[in-house]
Amino acid sequence: MSGWLTALRAIVLREALRFVHQRERFLAALVRPLVWLLVFAAGFRAALGLSIIPPYQTYITYEIYIVPGLCGMILLFNGMQSSLSLVYDREMGSMRLLLTSPLPRWWLLLCRLIGSTAISILQVYAFLAIAAMLGITVPWLGYVLALPALVIAGVMLGALGLALSSFIKQLENFAGVMNFVIFPMFFMSSALYPLWKMAESSTLLRDICAVNPFTHAVELIRFALYQQWNPWALLWTLLATVFFLALALWGYDPARGMIRRKG
Amino acid sequence: MGLGGGYSFAERIDVTGLTVQKLGFSYGTKRALNGVSFDIARGDFCALLGPNGAGKSTLFGLLTRLFTSSEGSITVAGHDLSREPRAALAKIGVVFQQTTLDLDLTVRRNLFYFAALHGISGRDAAVRIDAALEKLDMLERADEVTRNLNGGHRRRTEIARSLIHAPEVLLLDEPTVGLDAAARRAITEHVHSLSQSENLTVLWATHLTDEIYPDDRLVILHRGQILADGITSDIAQDRPVADVFLDMTGTKS
Repeated sequence: MSGWLTALRAIVLREALRFVHQRERFLAALVRPLVWLLVFAAGFRAALGLSIIPPYQTYITYEIYIVPGLCGMILLFNGMQSSLSLVYDREMGSMRLLLTSPLPRWWLLLCRLIGSTAISILQVYAFLAIAAMLGITVPWLGYVLALPALVIAGVMLGALGLALSSFIKQLENFAGVMNFVIFPMFFMSSALYPLWKMAESSTLLRDICAVNPFTHAVELIRFALYQQWNPWALLWTLLATVFFLALALWGYDPARGMIRRKG
Repeated sequence: MGLGGGYSFAERIDVTGLTVQKLGFSYGTKRALNGVSFDIARGDFCALLGPNGAGKSTLFGLLTRLFTSSEGSITVAGHDLSREPRAALAKIGVVFQQTTLDLDLTVRRNLFYFAALHGISGRDAAVRIDAALEKLDMLERADEVTRNLNGGHRRRTEIARSLIHAPEVLLLDEPTVGLDAAARRAITEHVHSLSQSENLTVLWATHLTDEIYPDDRLVILHRGQILADGITSDIAQDRPVADVFLDMTGTKS
């Protein structure tokens, strides 16, 4: 068993070191949600009126509303990026090396997911810290309670990225993933606007948003930040996690040989 | 290494290093390997010679269990790769064609990472890593960042890395690609001597005939099939290996 943990520690540490060596990536990952927070939210505040909806107990400004959604955005982009970087040949090499380990493949893939999720969560907290400096805060206990929610959401989105990486053969398809996965997932969710607001314009759109697992990941984080419990969002996110994990393991099954053409 | 030294030829046959039997593989309708069988004894150096597109990389993908095939079998140091994949993989050391080093890390950090993937850590890992680097004359560069190494030294680092977990079978997929002549010769010689000193079974894929020594085992692969299998000097007779190889695989036929 200790061999498993040795590998886990090394893989997580490697992800962390890779991250330290790519400071631009860290900055880009921080700048993106901050731009949304400062520019988009400022413009939208005037246009969008928000009523009191759970978990909020008072009227809130739009900046406060989109913070959990932007946490989700960090997890979403990182989950896609870290897995799609596998599509680069160089990274594929490191994946091949990883898979020569005698440990079971599902464990190796899970270790990698845990590693990339841990890095994403660090970025989320860096973002929350900057938001707090700008005066956008949540109850302090919320920062602690959000951690498990961020872990589940991060693993779910990382597993989705991993699954996609096993099906995508070329880097050019990254643009396709942006257009057909990241953007719809982000925009058709409760990250930017509450679902009731969405229903005002289209109930169909609202229904799509309501089944989008990203919506539930964001709601899970939102409720946790305000020390509230959202079992429905938790269940939905967990189900999606299991589904995407199974898809990723299937994608990397050696008998299916999805990665055989590479390298 | 309990088997080192002077055991008889008959005993050597029993301890096989790597056995491939009737291996076949297709990419969709394109046949990449067809009925490939060979058997390399423990401690032998076997060159797998084939032009580009012969199926070498497919064979390596199957040998490293990157993907699997339902046709045929692979046995590594007595372990069937499909039935006991973990035991078999633990006996394999691999050097891939493309570099798989983390260029931001030092040589030693790269090796520690790999050791951990095999469940080796701490003092044990440190001792093994030093020993492996020593074998490749890389110990004095252990704390250099791999980005600053030249191609030959990067390759040595990767070979050292492949030895950390004391494998019995070493697989190298065109390990001299992109190296200059001196580095190429040095690496070729090094691995030949490792195969003897460590009693390592080596499968060395290449398309360069000057990397093959007369006493080496030689398997020629062409269009997914084995054209020749034997001791190099027997196959080549008095002719240069390159000529024999071109005759067999060239457009003359």
